[in-house]
This record gives sequence, C-alpha cells and structure tokens, in this order.
Amino acid sequence: MERFDLAIIGAGPAGMAAAREAADLGLAVVLLDEQARPGGQIYRDVERAGPVRGDILGEDYTAGTRLTQALLHDRIRHIAGAVLWAIEDGFCLSYTQDGRAAQVSADRVLIATGALERPMPLPGWTLPGVMTAGAGQILLKQSGVLARRAVLVGSGPLLYLIAAQMVRAGTPPLALVETQTVADRTRALHHISGALRGWRYLVKGLKLLAQITRARVPRHTGATGIAIEGSDRAEAVTFTSHGRAHRIDCDTVFLHHGVVPNTQAARSLGVMHRWRRDQACFSPVLDPWGETDVPGIYVAGDGAGIVGAKAAEHAGRLAALAVATSAGHLGQGERDRRAKRLRLALDRERAVRPFLDAAYPPCVEALAPADGTIICRCEEVTAGTIRSHAKLGCLGPNQSKAFGRAGMGPCQGRYCGLTVTALLAAANGRTEDDTGYYRIRPPLKPVTLGELAAMDDTSDGA
Amino acid sequence: MKPVSPFLELDETARVPVTFDGTPLDLPQGANLAAALLVAGVDVFRHTPVSGAPRAPFCMMGACFECLVEIDGVVRQACMIDVTAGMDIRKAHEDFRGAV
Repeated sequence: MERFDLAIIGAGPAGMAAAREAADLGLAVVLLDEQARPGGQIYRDVERAGPVRGDILGEDYTAGTRLTQALLHDRIRHIAGAVLWAIEDGFCLSYTQDGRAAQVSADRVLIATGALERPMPLPGWTLPGVMTAGAGQILLKQSGVLARRAVLVGSGPLLYLIAAQMVRAGTPPLALVETQTVADRTRALHHISGALRGWRYLVKGLKLLAQITRARVPRHTGATGIAIEGSDRAEAVTFTSHGRAHRIDCDTVFLHHGVVPNTQAARSLGVMHRWRRDQACFSPVLDPWGETDVPGIYVAGDGAGIVGAKAAEHAGRLAALAVATSAGHLGQGERDRRAKRLRLALDRERAVRPFLDAAYPPCVEALAPADGTIICRCEEVTAGTIRSHAKLGCLGPNQSKAFGRAGMGPCQGRYCGLTVTALLAAANGRTEDDTGYYRIRPPLKPVTLGELAAMDDTSDGA
Repeated sequence: MKPVSPFLELDETARVPVTFDGTPLDLPQGANLAAALLVAGVDVFRHTPVSGAPRAPFCMMGACFECLVEIDGVVRQACMIDVTAGMDIRKAHEDFRGAV
C-alpha cells in the first residue's frame, strides 16, 4: 500500500490549497476526490466550464482555476473519481475508483469534504422536479443545463447568485420565494460593522439583486405555508406572502436555506462535534490549526463550519502548515510567521458571516416541519412519526433508527440527520448536544462485493 | 417522460445511443448521466421501495442517492457517472417498488 505524509479528502478550495501548501513544504500528498475533475462543488468542473460559461457563472467561479492548476506538482498525487468509504487507524483510506476498491495510507489526514445543502423538508419536497439550489448550480456548471420554468425557494445569497446566473443565461427563474422577514433584516443590522468589513460581499450581493430586479423576476419575501404541489412531479409552489396566498405553476423547484458541514467522514472517526447555535448545525471541535480531538485528523473548509470558499482556502493552508510542522518539515517559528497572514485573511473573510447568518436564517417551517411532512426521504419517515418516537421515550437519533428506520436508507442520514436531532431535541426539551447525532460507520458510501474482489492485494504487511 | 424537457442544454456535443427502460435515447458522450437524462425528458429515475413514490435527482453531488439507476445490471448513482455509448439504463430496484 502506498504511504503518504498527508492524505486530503476532497478537492474543493480547502483541499486544493492545502495540497499545494503541503507539497511546497516537502510533504508527499495524496488528494482523493469523488469527481472526475478538481474544484469541489463551488468550482465544479471549472477547467472545462470556465472557458465556455465563465460569462454566465462569473469571476468568483472562474477564479477556481488558480487552485486547480496549482495541483500540478510532483509531490501531489490527485486520485480523481475516488469514492472514499473508510478511514481506519494508522491511517488507512479505502476507496473505489473505476469499479475497483483500493487503499492508500497516510500519517495524517485532512478532511476537506465541504458542505451539504441544509435539509429543507417541506410538503412535496420529495417530488421529481424538486432539487437543491446547489444541484441547480451543478447542472449549470458541469453540464450547461438550465431549468426552463423554475422557482427558487428559501433564503440566502446563493439563491440570488443562481437567479442572476439564470438571468445571464437567458432563462430567468419564474420567481424567488424567500422566507426571510423584515425582522431578520433588522436583527442583521446588529452585525453591520462586521458586514462593512466584508463590504465586498455586500456589494456583490447588491449587484446580484439589481440584475434580478432588472430582469423583472418577482420576489416574494416573508413566505410561509410553503408547499410543492404535484402528483407524480412538481407542478406548482404554493405559499403565503404578506397576507396573500400565491400559487406559481412551474416544472422545477430549487430549494435552499443555507449549507451545513458535511461531517460524515469526521464522525466515522469519532471526532467530537458540537452544536453551533449561530449556524444551526453541528461542527467538529478543532484547535486553531484545524486539528480534531483525534490526533492526526484535521478538518478545514466548510466541513469545519460554514465559512465560504475563500476562507476555506486559508483554513486549508493553515492546516497544511500545522501538518508540515508536526511531520518535521517546518519549524514552529516559521509556521507561526506564515500563519499570521493567513489568520488575518481568514478573519476578513469571516467578518460578513454573522450578518449573513442573521439576515438569512434557515426557514422555520423546514427546521420544525409539520407532522405530515416527510423528513427522511429514503425511508419516508414523517416529522410526526419522529415526534411520536419521542413520546415513547426516544431520546436520540440512534434510538429512533430502531423505532422507525429514519436515517437507515442509502443516503445514511445526510439529508435527515439534522432534522431528526432538532425534532427530538424540541420534543424532549433537551439540547441538540445532549440529543446527539447518528453514529456514522463505514462504509461511508456503498461498495459492491465485485469492487472489493477487484482490490489489489494489500497483504504486504499492511 | 414529458414531450418537452423541463431542462435545456447550452452546449452541442456529439451524441451516443443508450437505452432507458428499453427506450432508445441519444445522450451527449461523456456528459453527466443524471443531467443528460433530465435534458432527455426522463423525469422519474426510480420508485421508492417503501411507498413506490417516484424520485429523480435531488442533490447532483452523490449525497442523496435519489438518482439511483441500474446500468448494465449494477445500481449506480446517475449523477456520479458519465455517459458512454450503449449503456442499458433502467429504473433502480423496480422489483422492490413499494415492497417494504
């Protein structure tokens, strides 16, 4: 089994930046990524799509090529199309690539697995035609595919970015159905000083809104009672906004109310996670370098708490410095000197977050769904069923698996975990930390017996 | 399948023949399979084993497993696969539709 100084999981901004930083410091790096080409979701397929669709996707996207090109380095081995399914002590990383299982080992591991869309369980969200806003972005970035008649539902800057990109591509969305309220905006103003430090983001946001307004895309704010209607596929979005009931016929619905750390890999290693009230999600407990309570395991980027692509890059480099020092490639003084500049940049990027988090809070109806709403898409378990589990004495998500299978389908809880924790916490009057989260075990992604059988022999003492 | 796809494609790419549930389709060579099927007008990728409800791509990043299809006999995530000529694609687990 090939051994590396550092294994990085995920070729998004954090992973790519960390890989180059570590390689420049003399470490042998292996970078495992599920996609065929580097970029993560934010810069998905940027090397192919940037030149052809850069004008639609914008400069913030095409800037990703700076990171993808930096992966061309003698000491970086980028294994593309590698679906990681286990990290074991030592550390041994098992993955599948091209229908074959394989393994590499590394002294240290940086988990840079980024974010997932925050689950948005609303009535009708399982219907074909309903997708995450991130999925809409991926369709456009990787495939140049656009929805002809789409409604964007939820809250947050990503909705504006997608709407503006759709306008530029000539297929504006039919409407934006936004859940944030005037009260949210007032609360956000408490964080205006931070927002002003991150003024570039505010200017960008205002420009996007101007493009959306110029294209006459209707915006409905403070939306409540949101449901997606349709028998076999999405046919309309219904909601109430400012006292008026609306129904918008459409073919596609893009949902978004923020993204949350993808904690699957870190959790499978037993890394400690804590609930973050400001971002309404769990994130791993880290030291200032991104190291977890499991020695040798680091987390950087959105997987450590939502910070955005630029901040993820800085956090990735910080972790790489720490790894280089612990591997004996960089003195502590030099590490700290280099880190100073990165920490300043990181603080600058983070400054706007409290404002954004307050201005665009998650949709309340999706955080505490109505009893009849499906919350576990795989096993089709409703919010009411989870609440009834609590009445029977169920205290945590692992127990609720035994009660009703929520979280036991193929997505392994990725799109119901936070909802189940929130529902049980509320029903039992306990905190999210006390309620806990699903225990995540390998395989992190399905692996077939055929793929295992095709694995190269690793019995050489490994 | 709908006569007009809810999705449109910006690029023109060379196409290769595949079948979806036996119906011939021409999809862009090397394209993301889930995206290509959506553009081709496929709106149901599978039915759930629990209630038999129809499902289609949701996350497009390999996390939700809604886009599962059977390709040449093996169940895969369509959003993690590239189109190649001759693929025999079927809805996943149709034998178990609503069986649980």
